[in-house]
Amino acid sequence: MTVVAMQVNGKQVSADVEPRTLLVHYIRENLRLTGTHVGCDTSQCGACVVHVDGLAVKSCTVLAVQAAGSKVRTIEGLADGDSLHPVQAAFKEHHGLQCGFCTPGMIMTAVDMLRRIPKPDEATIRQELEGNFCRCTGYHNIVKAIKAASEVL
Amino acid sequence: MYQFEYHRPKTVEEVTALLARCESPKILAGGMTLLATMKQRLAAPSDLIDLQDIPGISGISADAKNVTIGAMTRHADVASSKEVARAIPALAYLAGRIGDPLVRHRGTIGGSIANNDPAADYPAACLGLGASIVTNSREIPADDYFRGMFETALKDKEIILRIVFPIPQNAAYQKFPNPASRYAMVGAFVSRSAAGVRVAVTGAGPGVFRMTAMETALAKTFTPAALDGITAPIGEMLQDMHASGEYRASLIGVMAKRAVASLTG
Ligand SMILES: Cc1cc2nc3c(=O)[nH]c(=O)nc-3n(C[C@H](O)[C@H](O)[C@H](O)COP(=O)(O)OP(=O)(O)OC[C@H]3O[C@@H](n4cnc5c(N)ncnc54)[C@H](O)[C@@H]3O)c2cc1C
Ligand code: FES
Ligand code: FES
Repeated sequence: MTVVAMQVNGKQVSADVEPRTLLVHYIRENLRLTGTHVGCDTSQCGACVVHVDGLAVKSCTVLAVQAAGSKVRTIEGLADGDSLHPVQAAFKEHHGLQCGFCTPGMIMTAVDMLRRIPKPDEATIRQELEGNFCRCTGYHNIVKAIKAASEVL
Repeated sequence: MYQFEYHRPKTVEEVTALLARCESPKILAGGMTLLATMKQRLAAPSDLIDLQDIPGISGISADAKNVTIGAMTRHADVASSKEVARAIPALAYLAGRIGDPLVRHRGTIGGSIANNDPAADYPAACLGLGASIVTNSREIPADDYFRGMFETALKDKEIILRIVFPIPQNAAYQKFPNPASRYAMVGAFVSRSAAGVRVAVTGAGPGVFRMTAMETALAKTFTPAALDGITAPIGEMLQDMHASGEYRASLIGVMAKRAVASLTG
């Protein structure tokens, strides 16, 4: 076991874990932040996306020890108190979800996308969502929500 | 995933010492391939040696002749590099089409070419540009480095430090991505320089290879039509659930012609 410390959503945290512990399990099981989901566990679906030092990554394919000393942001760290992040608000407004399983990962990917590409067109949004699967919505309203968020951000 | 010990050395010398001391160590770069393999228990290293804290093996530099990319440079940084876009735009284009944005934030060029997946993109750029792979002990020309499916000239415990790409007159990469994985079903990298024309093909065979018949034809006339009728032996193509050998062989011509067309306007 090793003590793995990092900053998560602005708070310093640490936990005693095995080196083989995945970042997603550290977040869900040690920190009890269960907004980050595990869909495939094989780096395909993007349900587990979080930001590590500002970059969106699949946390099922990162070891917690690799992120030791880093700044991590999860879906729980996005809203400012009671007011939703503009991307969260846009997903709500435009019905960018049905069952909601993919949503935390979609939103974390979208926030990262809009940081790099502030005004993406529809084709770019779809291309940037290559690593996030949604089995419910058919993506249409997700794309709409991201487009709408890009206009207010 | 089996248990292992984790190390995060700060110098290449420490990496070498760990590689010598540990029982069955493995270098960890972006982890995009290695961690997946370990989850499936297809790899069970005793120790993982993470290269993320070693200065000097990530980053991009360019001079009049070469673009040099550190082994730990992430795909996203190559894709968005102004220096790469200026000197070898085809290389930035290629990096920006690997996997998805999340994979590109972690995956590294060193990890990609150490792994040498037969459908990976970077091997096509290395071979198509005649790059050199610089390790902790020597410099290996791309022509000698790639040895077929997941095989390279790397010795046990050898560490890739950087890749040096000579700047061509121009170059283009075209890939037909597998719609599920985004790996290349077939990708063709074409370059033109004082040293001649190079055509490197990935995804089609059991490892990246040069299409010398295409190179000769393009050296005479650099047009898509010059490639008419030039095919690869179907028996040497990969065949799997995604595509037959015939289909892959045919895609080589299509991708190479598209690459040439993009350079001839
Ligand atoms: C969903 C998904 C989609 C992908 N799509 C594509 C694609 O379209 N095209 C493509 O080309 N690739 C694709 N990849 C693979 C990706 O590019 C990986 O980044 C790459 O294969 C491995 O790089 P890595 O840095 O993650 O290496 P790791 O997984 O950390 O390491 C891979 C291997 O290389 C060794 N190694 C790493 N660095 C060094 C070094 N400096 N010296 C010596 N040995 C070293 C390791 O020991 C290990 O054996 C995809 C991966 C995923 C998960
Ligand atoms: S759970 Fe990580 S990509 Fe699917
Ligand atoms: S809303 Fe159900 S998977 Fe996307």
